[in-house]
Amino acid sequence: MAHKHETPSVEEVFEFSPELKRKFLLGGIIGLVLVAVGAFLVNSGIWGPEGFAGGAHEAAHGAEHAGGHGEEHGTGATLLHRIVANLWMNSIYFLGISVVGVFFISYNYVAKAGWYTSFKRIPEAFPAFMWIPSVLILGLFLFPTTRHIVMHWTHEGIMDPASHHYDKIIASKEWWLNMPFYLVRLVAYFVIWYYLWTQIRKNSLLEDAHGDLAYYTKSRNYAKVFLIFFAVTSSTAAWDLSMAIDTHWFSTMFGWYHLASWHVAGLAAIMLVILTLKGKGYLAGVNLSALQDLGKLMFGFSVFWTYVWFSQFLLIFYANLPEETIYFRERISGYGGRYFAPFITSLILNFIFPLLVLMARGSKRSFTLLKLSCWAILIGHWFDFYQMIMPGVAKDQGGIGLIEWGTTLTFVCAFAYVVLTQLAKANLYAKNHPFLEESLHHDI
Amino acid sequence: MAHKKYILGVFDDEDVVLHAVSDVREKGVNIHEVYSPFPIHGLDHALGYKRARMGVPAFLFGITGTSLAFLLTFWTLGWDWPMNIGGKNFIPFPTNIPIVFELTVLLASYGMAFTFFGMEKLSPVSKPIIFDERITDDKFVMAIEVSKNSVSEEDITGFLKSTGATEVNIKEI
Repeated sequence: MAHKHETPSVEEVFEFSPELKRKFLLGGIIGLVLVAVGAFLVNSGIWGPEGFAGGAHEAAHGAEHAGGHGEEHGTGATLLHRIVANLWMNSIYFLGISVVGVFFISYNYVAKAGWYTSFKRIPEAFPAFMWIPSVLILGLFLFPTTRHIVMHWTHEGIMDPASHHYDKIIASKEWWLNMPFYLVRLVAYFVIWYYLWTQIRKNSLLEDAHGDLAYYTKSRNYAKVFLIFFAVTSSTAAWDLSMAIDTHWFSTMFGWYHLASWHVAGLAAIMLVILTLKGKGYLAGVNLSALQDLGKLMFGFSVFWTYVWFSQFLLIFYANLPEETIYFRERISGYGGRYFAPFITSLILNFIFPLLVLMARGSKRSFTLLKLSCWAILIGHWFDFYQMIMPGVAKDQGGIGLIEWGTTLTFVCAFAYVVLTQLAKANLYAKNHPFLEESLHHDI
Repeated sequence: MAHKKYILGVFDDEDVVLHAVSDVREKGVNIHEVYSPFPIHGLDHALGYKRARMGVPAFLFGITGTSLAFLLTFWTLGWDWPMNIGGKNFIPFPTNIPIVFELTVLLASYGMAFTFFGMEKLSPVSKPIIFDERITDDKFVMAIEVSKNSVSEEDITGFLKSTGATEVNIKEI
């Protein structure tokens, strides 16, 4: 009953035990070892795309020619392409989950929402990881070899009419895709996102210490600035980080599609951290109603992702223009059909699974089903980013094996390490937040 | 038509009425309905209402919409007057999805709305029973039907008074 319940203490600090730290460090090292072993196996031809590349070669070749930017001799992709593609896609995926932490807080601040306050500290800790993928992305881009591997448009002479590498279509995009402007944009995204988070975080911690309403107002103002900035940069970052890989191709839905994928993966990550902490006995104040509301967001944005994904697909399917359909041709049957499995897995895990599992009220109140959905959504969107990045970078060298598992494991461990370190720095509840009381009594 | 006799407890405060509902129900009194100028959080729990199973008609109407939409698109585009659009086959599955989606939503929402009207007997000609005009302003009224209770009228009046009702009226409708 609504008027008869007790609220637990809001004084609680997460303890990041040295044992747990060691586990994550070990996991990260195991990931690196897996990548090394995987690379060795692929290189020596024991387990890798060479094994079935023979029949695939012609199909891949055909797909490349249909795109009009095929190299004269095969796709030219190597093992290095695959490793770089892995680093790039995991960086984007985890950058997204991190930045969604501050995005989530910002829209709740601006909406003057109270329900999420009991677990506010968890999304608040996520953006602490942002600098690692940011540095990785910038590093991969600044280093010429890896830059050419990821971004086709950075090749010398591709924008120069006198060169035999000249590509008219890419050259027409030079006003947007040129080195100085691109670098300025990337740095601006990363620095401004991170800066706005540090300000929101700082005010949140000051509020804990002094408990003045002024900090709430200040955070809210930073949240407004972040939302306005992110409204534009979430799309442009999607073009720059993912769409620019397939330089010829473009889709006006892509910004939304990319953001939807980031957002729902971020929500699932928030939920997973809450459930894990609750399993360890923390966060008793986060009640079932708050979890159900977060579950609703996961469900709703899974359907939103599908809506955007399908809209993009339908327009391209219906218009049937070769320069547009090449994108899906590469993913469905290109390169020997190697990207079809991730492509369809993403759709099943991101749409069918949440639709069937998360719709009912009871499943959004069951820890088991929620946890299962979190994993499905996180893995599904990993596959989503995989099929966005891989075909354009790794081409006929792509696959799913030790290299992928290892890279992802290292990223997961690094993410958990950084986020939990950040989480342990403050009280688990934003104890002087004006809406904390409302959140503890949240009842739907 | 035989008149039904109701005992009406009038309350000034939503918190008082919320507690009164639980207390009166604990005494074994069957409450007809509680009227309020605004929704009271937790009142449906206090009254012991079961969750509305609106999902069932929603699903049935929705699936009807889905089937109708598939029938419509398959019949018109694929069978009755096959059209060659961009060299695709006559029943291109993805292009049907928007229609299927729209008709599913349309039938599910209209179906749910009319199911609700039907179950609550709401129609342009229906006459609502107004126990007390002040429920549209600042009073909360708990209505108890005498014939549906084994507890005596005096006891019910006593319960209402003791749980904080400012006045208790009898009304025959």
